[in-house]
Amino acid sequence: MIPETFEYYKPSTLDEAIKLLQEYGFDAKLLAGGHSLIPSMKLRLSSPEKIIDISKISDLNFIRAEGNSLVIGACTTHHQIASSQLVQQKVPVLAQTAALIGDLQVRNKGTIGGSLAHADPAADYPATILISEAEIVVQGPSGTRSIPATNFFTGIFMTDIQDDEILREIRIPFQAPHSHATYLKFAQPASRYAIVGCAVMITKPNDNCDDVRVAFTSVADYAFRDSQVENMLKGKKPTEDAVSQAAEKAAEGQDILEDHFAKAPYRKHLARLFAKRAINDVLTKF
Amino acid sequence: MSKLIGKSVKRVEDKRFITGKGRYTDDIVLPEMTYAYIVRSPYAHARIKKVNTKEAEAINGVVTVFTGKDIQAAGINGVPCGWQVDFKNGDTMKEPPHPLLVADKVRYMGDAVAVVIAESYVIAKDAAELVEVDYDVLEAVVDASLAVKENAPQVHEEAPKNMAFDWGLGDKDKTDKAMAQAQHITTLNIINQRVIPNAIEPRSAIGQYEEAYDKYTLYTSSQNPHLIRLLMSAFVLGIPEHKVHVISPDVGGGFGSKIFHYTEEALVTWCAKQVKRPVKWTAERSESFLTDGQGRDHITKAEMGFDKEGNVVGLRVYTYANLGAYLSTFAPCVPTYLHGTLLQGLYTTPAIYVDVTGVFTNTTPVDAYRGAGRPEATYLLERLMDTAARELNMDPTELRLKNFIPPFDGLQQPGYQTQVALQYDSGNYHAVLERALEMIDYPSLRKEQQHALSQGRYVGIGFSTYIEACGIAPSAVVGALGARAGLYESAQVRVQPTGKVSVYVGSHSHGQGHETTFAQVVADKLGINLEDVEIVHGDSEAVAFGMGTYGSRSLAVGGSAIMKSIDKIIEKGSKIAAHKLEASEEDIAFEDGKWTVKGTDKSLSFADMALTAYVPHDYPAGLEPGMDFSSFYDPANFTYPYGAHIAVVEVDTDTGQVQLKRFIACDDVGNVINPMIVDGQIHGGIAQGVGQALFEVASYDENGQLTNGSYMDYTMPRADDLPSFEVDRKVTPCPHNPLGVKGAGEAGTIGSTPAVVNAVVDALSSLGVKDLQMPLTPENVWTAIQQAQSEH
Amino acid sequence: MVIPIKLTVNGKTYSHEVEPRMLLVHYLREVLRLTGTHIGCDTSSCGACTILVDGKAVKSCTLLAVQADGCEVTTIEGLAKNGELHPLQEGFQEEHGLQCGFCTPGMIMTAVELLHQNPHPSEDEIRHGLEGNYCRCTGYHNIVKSIQYAANKQKS
Repeated sequence: MIPETFEYYKPSTLDEAIKLLQEYGFDAKLLAGGHSLIPSMKLRLSSPEKIIDISKISDLNFIRAEGNSLVIGACTTHHQIASSQLVQQKVPVLAQTAALIGDLQVRNKGTIGGSLAHADPAADYPATILISEAEIVVQGPSGTRSIPATNFFTGIFMTDIQDDEILREIRIPFQAPHSHATYLKFAQPASRYAIVGCAVMITKPNDNCDDVRVAFTSVADYAFRDSQVENMLKGKKPTEDAVSQAAEKAAEGQDILEDHFAKAPYRKHLARLFAKRAINDVLTKF
Repeated sequence: MSKLIGKSVKRVEDKRFITGKGRYTDDIVLPEMTYAYIVRSPYAHARIKKVNTKEAEAINGVVTVFTGKDIQAAGINGVPCGWQVDFKNGDTMKEPPHPLLVADKVRYMGDAVAVVIAESYVIAKDAAELVEVDYDVLEAVVDASLAVKENAPQVHEEAPKNMAFDWGLGDKDKTDKAMAQAQHITTLNIINQRVIPNAIEPRSAIGQYEEAYDKYTLYTSSQNPHLIRLLMSAFVLGIPEHKVHVISPDVGGGFGSKIFHYTEEALVTWCAKQVKRPVKWTAERSESFLTDGQGRDHITKAEMGFDKEGNVVGLRVYTYANLGAYLSTFAPCVPTYLHGTLLQGLYTTPAIYVDVTGVFTNTTPVDAYRGAGRPEATYLLERLMDTAARELNMDPTELRLKNFIPPFDGLQQPGYQTQVALQYDSGNYHAVLERALEMIDYPSLRKEQQHALSQGRYVGIGFSTYIEACGIAPSAVVGALGARAGLYESAQVRVQPTGKVSVYVGSHSHGQGHETTFAQVVADKLGINLEDVEIVHGDSEAVAFGMGTYGSRSLAVGGSAIMKSIDKIIEKGSKIAAHKLEASEEDIAFEDGKWTVKGTDKSLSFADMALTAYVPHDYPAGLEPGMDFSSFYDPANFTYPYGAHIAVVEVDTDTGQVQLKRFIACDDVGNVINPMIVDGQIHGGIAQGVGQALFEVASYDENGQLTNGSYMDYTMPRADDLPSFEVDRKVTPCPHNPLGVKGAGEAGTIGSTPAVVNAVVDALSSLGVKDLQMPLTPENVWTAIQQAQSEH
Repeated sequence: MVIPIKLTVNGKTYSHEVEPRMLLVHYLREVLRLTGTHIGCDTSSCGACTILVDGKAVKSCTLLAVQADGCEVTTIEGLAKNGELHPLQEGFQEEHGLQCGFCTPGMIMTAVELLHQNPHPSEDEIRHGLEGNYCRCTGYHNIVKSIQYAANKQKS
């Protein structure tokens, strides 16, 4: 219940924060909402020597439209995203996802940047970020770079962010015309994290699906796009049979996670089931 | 005229809690206080080779570090057990004491090895990480049915095959014969899984020693401060009882887990004297998971025999009860006298035999948890009933109604003598089930269920008709059964000179609302205002004595003690009134707060009587001044609440997820003083019973590691897991206590668990599912469906 | 390392120097001696420590005290105004929404925000809104009714 001792820094600009990261690198951890970091520090599962609190950097908390994208600052809370009219209009599945995270108190404090950077394999955002084909913008000493969502997650609690980089913002293309999306999760009953989470986006200007995107969280070490399911439906008419057959391909070839709540066969079954449910949920929106 | 009894009076204790002014143990800070952090074993079974405390002691702010060797050197053996159940062959129960700090061998994950005492909690915790313990890890045993095997690891050298006791009750020969002749036998193999009580307030204790007074004070989050004082002073620390003051202030829920005398209570008390400063210890939740007494954990084979008409002819039960690594205070009593004796249920079963083996394992000690033994008994009986009904092609309500004991009031009709030692007090068992069926409109519900099935929705209806033994208990009876204490209660009612009343009760309130219910009784019986009554509890120096709160006993036993003192006040008041009103005592009647000369308007008010008693200028000759009566009440019998619970569930067969749609309870807890509070007790009980059915389990791996010891993994019901409950009651007064009350604290928990499981089995029976083991997590249910389907 | 912080708690301004690792809940309980905010777990799960920071319900066990620098904090002790109970405090008493009282402060503070976000919640919305708070006594039945009581009272 008491973290180990650490030094605390509260930079007021991003550049200042990056300088601190350059100086302390691996010994430092960024603190945004703290709702992934502080719980693990309380249990002493994580004991960083330096904490760099970026929550007061004002240009990290925003939601705005830029061209055809929604841009969300790293320190924007789940509650802000869930209740933002702009998000609800332009990328409704993101608002839907944010509203399913944790609980009321957690959503008030936890941030999208913190959650993505923490890369918990059971977190909710990753699946939605993947189907939205979002880009994660990070800033380091040599400037910014943009990481496509598909390259962002690299392992359990691991991302492509380097030690001296800070996740600055997430850029999410507006949902395309003739497109609908959803995120459904089967929640772990104690923690309310996902046992399986499935996000689906379908573009269907007529009877056939032009584009199908399916992604899973909490099925494998990190969230992934499931091209085998997508390919079964792309360019096709999503009949009941076609959807069922596509869903059967879910998580094929993945190394399935196992835990207290779901052994591999059950989790794989849930992946298939939630693929089917999520695809059907999207289809009802057309 | 009853003005307060039976009314839903708002709770007087609420004000401090809703404004953040409750005072729980961890809220207390004493001058010069130090903080203790306990170093605990990460292994379930290991020899301690070496403990090095040097680095920890060197930390600035550390006062001292004690280890098991220090405790041994002080000659402290450990915490004892409060109940003795011997072997069938007459051998004495094995009861190795639970050391405050272990010196030689740790026996469960969380066993205490050392304690760091420091200027702050933060320093104590930091330093504790520097205590080096060198372990030689041993093979552990976790499952009680494996622990009794010849080559199993030995938890205690003195307990061969890890057996603490074995025990039987009922007529074995008669039962074997009845079962041999039965037309049909329903058999269930049941794992009544281990659960963790999880009162939301973690346990906390502060020890204090004042040298100038040679006096110890212990603040502790306990359900029974006097019992803690007795056990700790006489059996653990060997200090004079009158030099120990135990205070249980506000306590944030107990559910049984705060009955027991814990090692930490004695440890902080002993440490306080050593360091000459107060010592506080408060559990972190992770620590609570490892060290709070856990509940249930029975492995049972249960068989029920029927004749061809569907009458129960016999019941045979064999159980391994997992007691954990040491015998907690009431541990031996729970699977025996609180379990075996309840196997009559509500049925006329003519032959019953139950056999229980109490087993040590490398797990946290197991003891009473809300219901304690009675839920385990009810679970097997009620699961057998619904299962038998399905096998016999009968409606489960028809099978129950056919086998119910006929109504009896315990006055005109005698109590019902069971096959397993108890005599039920009074009951109309048909009435509660019939009312519950009416509440749910049973025939239409069955039609709805059929309709749902035709749409591919799996709805299930499950029943449970339970009885429990509460108000424990007649001291002579429990003494004969192995209790090492009496189970009476004490209450002192002190009328102050101004007519205000202070009541000192041995019962302890930690959510039950005694400050309101007891005040209602006192105010009502004395005809005074509720505001003029103050209930004092939880302090061994304010209250004469107390056996505490558990087993739904506070009103039935503690309330009866209050009634005895009230009777004495009224009687003495009559003498004063007779004198003042110049009448003979026989002509005086007490009603509505005044003593009146019968047939006249001459009267003496309660306040005037009080003043007279303390200012005895004009006073009956020979009568003592003052108005202050202490009473002890020892119950004549247990009380026997009962009820009928119905669960309606819908199962998503694709995920295995169970949704509890409705829960109906009609209980008979005897007379009711405060219906609002009683309903609240039932609601909370139901939620805990549902928790066991659907969510909760303490998962130990084969090495004795608790693998889900946090709220991130151990699932308890949350608001959105439950519906609002539909509750009603019938009233059959208890014939043997003055208030006619039976007890309501555990009813919900005892009744609800089997109703929910029966409902899920009912929902899935068309898929071939015949039985399920708790908890009914989605994966367990889904797996059972897959198995049943593949067997088809 | 100690860090100076200045914050307002229940309308009163406090300045202290704290160790960065001190959790806000420990600051409230141990430094300010506001013990109405409780600690029921160590995994940010139980909600007993819920308070309002700048008007939003948060778990004070999952915030460092230094993070509350410059913030306005309301705890259960600051909810009643001028000796008058908040409608939720009243609701919990009227509808028997508490038994042991330990989860109650956190439950009430969460409900304050719940009703702020949604002044007329359905039973399902109330139950969903309480998913970050454990109660082991009431089975939530009367907690739901207590919040409905306050919602109705605030409406009228």
